[in-house]
Amino acid sequence: MVSLSDYLILSAVIFCIGLVGIFINRTNIITLLMCVELILVAVNTNFIAFSHFLGNEAGQIFVFFILTVAAAEVAIGLAILTLLFRNKGSINVDVTNSLKG
Amino acid sequence: MTFDQILFYVFSFWFIASSLAMIFSRNAAKAVLFLILSFFSAASIWILLEAEFLAITLILVYVGAVMVLFLFVIKMLNIDKSTLRAKFAGYLPLGLIVAAIIIAEMTLVLGGNQFGLDVVAAPARHAADYSNITVLAMQLYTTYVYPFELAAVLLLIAIIAAITLVHRNELNRKKQSISEQVNVQAKDRVRLVSINSPNKENK
Repeated sequence: MVSLSDYLILSAVIFCIGLVGIFINRTNIITLLMCVELILVAVNTNFIAFSHFLGNEAGQIFVFFILTVAAAEVAIGLAILTLLFRNKGSINVDVTNSLKG
Repeated sequence: MTFDQILFYVFSFWFIASSLAMIFSRNAAKAVLFLILSFFSAASIWILLEAEFLAITLILVYVGAVMVLFLFVIKMLNIDKSTLRAKFAGYLPLGLIVAAIIIAEMTLVLGGNQFGLDVVAAPARHAADYSNITVLAMQLYTTYVYPFELAAVLLLIAIIAAITLVHRNELNRKKQSISEQVNVQAKDRVRLVSINSPNKENK
């Protein structure tokens, strides 16, 4: 049988892959958004694994809400990306320095 | 090795392999396709965990809507590939070190001693007439009904925000101007023009 720790370690590995993706793709906003999606899927796998092994459906409800929020985040993120490309002509992170932060 | 374990390792292999291919791929469209493969593997693992509704939701909502939105944006924007990977190699060692440390720590914490089968026993499989959707719906429409409504409002706000952000004021659009309508005078509406009619002279 597959134990709970197998699922947890799998989602930890996926989480770290998403983290490395953010490190090495830090100039490309689209890939950054995709790495965030990967991290969210890893977290959702954690929730579902605990929900299955502890026999409690609340974890699956949480995943439902995380999916909702992630979909909203992607819609607004891609809208901002389109706006950025229209104003700057590029989606490179380095050109987004107008605020001089 | 049981059949469950074989399925788990096959799906995990494709999940990890496609995620790695996603973060290392130079083409953004290929990265989206690898991400779709990893979402399918994640959905398969969720089905192994008997979360059928969420697995189908992941495929329908994420692969069907969100990833297609990504593909649309990538194809609409003209992305310069040469500048995107200028700093690729510089941050790779740092990222790998951080990831290795996190994986080592998580493996120590989440290993078999803490969450193995001896500690958390595998639950019995549900009967064939068990409905995951019914159980989730009972929870969602009773205990979590207010968060459910809030999620709906959040999606509405996201729609309005996305449309407002990318909305462009066009010159030839027919729209109402309230201030002009209120401030209009009678002389702006009707203009009296005196015309000399040629028929009148003949009579």
